[in-house]
Amino acid sequence: MATTATTQTQGQTQKITLAKGLNLGLRKAMEDDPKVLLMGEDVGKLGGVFRITDGLQKDFGEDRVIDSPLAESGIVGTAVGMAMRGYRPVVEIQFDGFVYPAYDQIVCQVAKIHYRSKGRVPMPIVIRIPFGGGIGAVEHHSESPEAQFAHTPGLKVVACSNPVDGYWMIQQAIACDDPVIFLEPKRQYHADKAELDESTTPEPLFTSRIVRPGTDLTLLAYGPTVKTAMRAAEAAAGEGRSVEVIDLRTLSPLDMGPVLDSVRRTGRAVVVHEAHVNLGLGSELSARITEECFYSLEAPVLRVGGFDTPYPASRIEEDFLPDLDRVLDAVDRSFEF
Amino acid sequence: MNAPPDSPDRTAFGPDLAEVFGPGHSDGGPELVQLLTPEGERVHHPEFDLDFSAEQLRGFYRDMVLVRRLDVEATALQRHGELGIWAQLLGQEAAQIGCGRAVRPQDFVFPTYREHGVAWCRGLDPLKMLGLFRGCDHGDWDPAEHNFGLYTIVIGAQTLHATGYAMGMQRDGVVGTGDPDRDAAVVAHFGDGASSQGDVNEAFIFAASYNAPVVFFCQNNQWAISEPIERQSRIPLYQRALGFGFPGVRVDGNDVLATYAVTQAALQRARDGQGPTFVEAYTYRMGAHTTTDDPTRYRLSDDVESWKLKDPIARVEVYLRRNGLVDDAFLAEVAAEADELGHTLREGCKALPDPKPSAMFAHVYAEETDELRVQREGNEAYLASFEGSH
Repeated sequence: MATTATTQTQGQTQKITLAKGLNLGLRKAMEDDPKVLLMGEDVGKLGGVFRITDGLQKDFGEDRVIDSPLAESGIVGTAVGMAMRGYRPVVEIQFDGFVYPAYDQIVCQVAKIHYRSKGRVPMPIVIRIPFGGGIGAVEHHSESPEAQFAHTPGLKVVACSNPVDGYWMIQQAIACDDPVIFLEPKRQYHADKAELDESTTPEPLFTSRIVRPGTDLTLLAYGPTVKTAMRAAEAAAGEGRSVEVIDLRTLSPLDMGPVLDSVRRTGRAVVVHEAHVNLGLGSELSARITEECFYSLEAPVLRVGGFDTPYPASRIEEDFLPDLDRVLDAVDRSFEF
Repeated sequence: MNAPPDSPDRTAFGPDLAEVFGPGHSDGGPELVQLLTPEGERVHHPEFDLDFSAEQLRGFYRDMVLVRRLDVEATALQRHGELGIWAQLLGQEAAQIGCGRAVRPQDFVFPTYREHGVAWCRGLDPLKMLGLFRGCDHGDWDPAEHNFGLYTIVIGAQTLHATGYAMGMQRDGVVGTGDPDRDAAVVAHFGDGASSQGDVNEAFIFAASYNAPVVFFCQNNQWAISEPIERQSRIPLYQRALGFGFPGVRVDGNDVLATYAVTQAALQRARDGQGPTFVEAYTYRMGAHTTTDDPTRYRLSDDVESWKLKDPIARVEVYLRRNGLVDDAFLAEVAAEADELGHTLREGCKALPDPKPSAMFAHVYAEETDELRVQREGNEAYLASFEGSH
């Protein structure tokens, strides 16, 4: 799967999937810093269930790419201890819905130890979580728990949306001295390819980015919904509407600068995420936009997301997930004000 | 301990657990490792015997007297409203000093929130512990300076940290080299209540799987707030270790000599690369769980009275006196030192300054985020707006 990526080892440019971008980024981080360790279920010989760590144990050994017992709290809790000893653990939670056994360690320990210790004990841990739906999976394999972590002071939360960001953002997250919840849109792992030029300088990790400029409405998305938002903007253009798309990339802290600047120009904003709408990231974004751009707004900030139900059975998941039509519907509603 | 096959105590599924964990074993049972009886008699053990110098024994005595005073003073300070709460160690002095003194400088200790005696052994200023329970901070000491982690309030969470830290030691090449100044291990403290937590059981599994150099030191003080040990386990806790694939030992936690000897042996085993050990220090929580608790609602004073006869300090004093290893002058000196400590703690605690409100914003992240800066500055401006009004 990941190994199908076209690689041009001659030059610095290669065409890669998100899975390959993450794999290359992890490899680079491990080469650059011997303190970087990977740990998780099946990350060794198998290369992880999504093959993100493919080949890394073979090259870096079992001491640095650690197959763990099947216990998520144990994975995160031991990573805390390794971080205290000076390591930079990168742990893989196999699926979003499996993170909850580790929730206590993440919220009560990972997030608070730097604070508790008055900055004496850094917690440079990256917790990688494949998130989001659309892969026809059984229960607990398609969830979007980002708000639960973004609501927790002490954690940073980012979501990559494309192969090139995957390559850079994972390295930046590993280099970060704070704990980072690193969300990977699993549906995108082996989907689209993009050109990676390793000679370029990436933007800082905790920044949002305009991925399509526009003048009439701002679409805010991250992770898997960036692709949906881009398609919606394309379709809206056909109807004569110029939609700006922002890939948020960082969910905590939020990088409100580009968002507020955009909404002040367009006067309209729609937030798109797969997570439940109630108290999701869209709620916070809506509140902040309203507080800061009240007099620029032509319409209330609208939210498109998963319904406030548990994630449904996969035969109807496309009706749960925000798709092109639901985003366009929200765009229409925004213009109706 | 298992009943023979034809015994009436044996069922088709093995020994009658009521027999294994019956009232007959309230003294700790036949497998309790003991070197000094409650009456102050020195007894010997085939595996864990050690020779102790007079100086060591006097040191144990002094340590225990001083940490008991620390505990008593802290309890009194809470009663006077100077501390918000205090987690008492009364009765557990031997378990903590025996374990704390067996640790070498390069070893690392992960405490719960009750290891004031171990903290003492690691050279922490007791005012740091008082500061935490007063509410000044969450523990103002540098774990790396003392190789002593911060107090962990969530029950059992630190056993996983200890295991991960031990895994880091393995990767640093400080395990099993044969160099006594280099080889290191970790002590993970927890209690009988924590033994039911998933994290503790996961820590056992990880430590066993990776053969990590960690000593799981469980102070079984018989009570998890109001719940007796029978609610947590139907077999002696130390026997659980076997199911995880490493040895378990039950030591008399009120016997500082035995606790020291067993911990030292377990630590050496870990430093040598032979993996984890479970040490169950069999003791009793003579005080309340914390100063907010009322043990008279759930336990019999008879129990407490019977454990008073097993006091960890009295037996050492009897032994030292009987063998002419101390004189009245030494005992008076220690008592005076304890009084001085009490005075220092009382005055020091009352003088601990409250943190400024803006301290709450510090160290959330390695560098302050813009979001937090805005909140902090906004709050500072808000507070400043009241200055000058009365």
